[in-house]
Amino acid sequence: MAIEVELKHIHKNFGTFKASDDVNLTVEKGKLIGLLGPSGSGKTTILRMIAGLEHPDSGDIFIAGKRVNDLPAGRRGIGFVFQNYALFRHMTVRENIAFGLKVQKVPPKEIKARVDKLVELIGLAEFDGRYPQQLSGGQRQRVAFARALAPEPELLLLDEPFAAIDAKVRKELRQWLRATIHQLGITSIFVTHDQDEAVEVADDIIITNHGHVEQAGPPAAIYQHPETPFVADFIGESVHVPDYTVFKGFSNGAGSHEGILRPEFLEIAADEEEILMPLAAEQGTVKAVYFRGSNVQVAVEVKGQLLHGWRSLEKKPLHEGDKALVLIHRVYSFAGGKTQIIENSAKQEESVVI
Amino acid sequence: MKSFSNKKVIPGYRFTCGITFFYLSLILLIPLAAFVLYTAGMGWEKFLAVVLDYRVFHAYYISLLTALAAAVINGVFGLLLAWVLVRYDFFGKRLLDGLIDLPFALPTAVAGIALTTLYAENGWLGQYLYALGIPSAFSPLGITLAMVFVGLPFVARSVQPVLRDLDPQVEEAAALLGAGDWLTFRRVIFPELVSPLLTGFSLSFARGVGEYGSVVFIAGNLPYETEIAPLLIMAKLEQFDYQAAAAIALVLLLLSFAILLVINGYQRYRVQKQGV
Amino acid sequence: MVAVKPHNFRQWGLIGLAAVFLLVMLVLPLILVASEALAKGWQVYLDALNEPFARKALFLTLEATVAAVLGNTVFGLASAWLLTKYDFRGKAFWSSLLDLPFAISPVVAGLLFVILFGRMSPIYPFLRAEHIAIIFAVPGIILATVFVTFPFITRELVPIMEAQGRSEEEAAATMGASGWTIFRRVTLPNIKWALIYGVILCTARALGEFGAVSVVSGHIRGKTNTLPLHIEILYNEYNFTAAFAVASILVILAVVILILRNLVEWRAKRGLRNGN
Repeated sequence: MAIEVELKHIHKNFGTFKASDDVNLTVEKGKLIGLLGPSGSGKTTILRMIAGLEHPDSGDIFIAGKRVNDLPAGRRGIGFVFQNYALFRHMTVRENIAFGLKVQKVPPKEIKARVDKLVELIGLAEFDGRYPQQLSGGQRQRVAFARALAPEPELLLLDEPFAAIDAKVRKELRQWLRATIHQLGITSIFVTHDQDEAVEVADDIIITNHGHVEQAGPPAAIYQHPETPFVADFIGESVHVPDYTVFKGFSNGAGSHEGILRPEFLEIAADEEEILMPLAAEQGTVKAVYFRGSNVQVAVEVKGQLLHGWRSLEKKPLHEGDKALVLIHRVYSFAGGKTQIIENSAKQEESVVI
Repeated sequence: MKSFSNKKVIPGYRFTCGITFFYLSLILLIPLAAFVLYTAGMGWEKFLAVVLDYRVFHAYYISLLTALAAAVINGVFGLLLAWVLVRYDFFGKRLLDGLIDLPFALPTAVAGIALTTLYAENGWLGQYLYALGIPSAFSPLGITLAMVFVGLPFVARSVQPVLRDLDPQVEEAAALLGAGDWLTFRRVIFPELVSPLLTGFSLSFARGVGEYGSVVFIAGNLPYETEIAPLLIMAKLEQFDYQAAAAIALVLLLLSFAILLVINGYQRYRVQKQGV
Repeated sequence: MVAVKPHNFRQWGLIGLAAVFLLVMLVLPLILVASEALAKGWQVYLDALNEPFARKALFLTLEATVAAVLGNTVFGLASAWLLTKYDFRGKAFWSSLLDLPFAISPVVAGLLFVILFGRMSPIYPFLRAEHIAIIFAVPGIILATVFVTFPFITRELVPIMEAQGRSEEEAAATMGASGWTIFRRVTLPNIKWALIYGVILCTARALGEFGAVSVVSGHIRGKTNTLPLHIEILYNEYNFTAAFAVASILVILAVVILILRNLVEWRAKRGLRNGN
């Protein structure tokens, strides 16, 4: 597949703050990429440098194989959707979308045809005479999207596109955006701090932290094989345990004994009948039970360490103080700065015995 | 239910209402009412005779013309000042910023004698202007200069906060769509500034039309040439012709109100149309 | 909006133009006042200031200013409280009345009081019988000064009190605090910088008011002459050095006011950043 965007050894400081610390990444043509990281991790800076709104201190940026470091923002062939949309308040929906085309001196007839198509695409054909202040958040977002697409850019960049929209509309808009971008086939990069959003919308995720790229790949791969402690911690829900080697089946852990456990790595059972491999399980005490709508979250103490797991609502309810059996399927450990997945060895022994 | 919704939770309604009403009545409403009654008492014939007199008419003309010119100059330079002070960092910026308010703090009479001396035929600046054949004092130009002085802060101070609060991303959006600096200013930034510009313009204009202290010295007060309406009111008062003074004042008052109403109306129309 | 260091010819050009405009329009007149005042040396300058009529005029100016500022402070607090803490019918009307003095020429303002209290007034025979002098006397000067300055404090207070809402006062009221306690303990700490700012603006305008005072004063030397009027008389007598010497006092006051104003603004901003 052709490479659309490539960043090589990008460094960028704001004063003493390292916003980009040797950033390297590539984006394939036609993909929808989620740039994911906690706030202050440098993801927005990366986006703004690709757009030409910021300039790297060193390193090279390539778009469609061409080095664009010295190309001004308006000439990079990029569409950009701002976090707060940055719509022109004194222009109607139609005028906003047409702005980029007018700047390029596209003939009025063509502008009209293109804008007509775009307002249709965003479902605002009836509202094209309105001003941004007269639209809802979701509608404004779509206008910003159409405005960015109007000049038919090679690459679409979106900065926290869903941050300013209420929860319910956000869900719909995510799916709409994903479908529309795939339909148009335009290479797109969006920045988000919300992992659910990244997992749901993106084809590939790039995770940033402290100004560098931690890991890049499809959501499932990142989820199942986090390469660094940061990614293991950041993706999914996770509980740190100071020493996982005390648990049954993990006694041969190497290096650091600190580990990360995800709720889905645990099976919490009320008694031996509920569990497949009772011998590999630990005894624990229920400390708290939280109702979470579709399931319950259970906090259990095992050998002095607090773990979290989920339980189906169909199973027998547990209460604070109850004894419970806890089967730990696997643990992430951080030997040598790399994350290792350690499986429960007692489980294998038990299946061998049976 | 009505009595409930009318109940004021915070105490002091009657007290503050009383003070406000009393003070406004004493200072504003009763004098205004007396003035209107007095002018009404003189009858149409006398009123029109005063107001349509050529000398009076010319004074209005000079007042409006010079105030308009001053407001336009202040509009241009006020925008420039606001722009420079908001957008750039440079040595002495704070000083310039503080200086803008000088006309609010400096008594108009002081400004008047200083400007007159400055622009008179043998003045520091006047000698050059007169040499170029431009009579800078005792002329409509001098009146305009005085009005520029007193109205200078209005536009800059109205535009400054709006410019400061503009979202930089809107400009970035325009730049990303390929717009140059000038186009971005014209199509994206300037529309945001129209409203404060108009506010500042109308305040500067209203101030100019009514200005007396700074203008009286530099105007020269030649009937049919450099006589402005407030000066003419003063002249009528000195002749104890109170009716004429009141008639001229009433027209001046109505003119100022009309200007403010038109500009306010236009602002409201814009707000309604664009929801901004 | 982020300010940037100017980095090209065009930006330096804009800054230069703005600076030259301010220097010529504002700073040059100030330098001229100082230069003219000292043109005949320090002795003549000090003599001009020590002259009894000048001293009397200064005292009258201060008297009128103090009276106007006190009255307007009470009115400003009461009216701002009324307009922001309660809902009542006709609120928009009352608040627009507050802007009226900005649209009325000071000369017309003076005229209003002449008509209300002067010889043609229906209450004039009564005032005369009781030996109450308002026009061509100190009360008239105070009234005229109050008229041109009364909106300043309210206009500073209303936006900030509007922004702060009513919840703090309502909370205090539900705990049984009296109106005075609420004002002193809850409201005043929130608005003190805006209040000081308004008082400074009001003082500046009151010190320098010329047109309105000129109409009602009658220009009686040593009795109803304020400092700005005294300057006018000296200037019209071609006693330029004395006129500029007296003017220099007002310039110094204006500069002090400007500095105070900037200090207060800076202090208020800092307070805002620290979250109080």
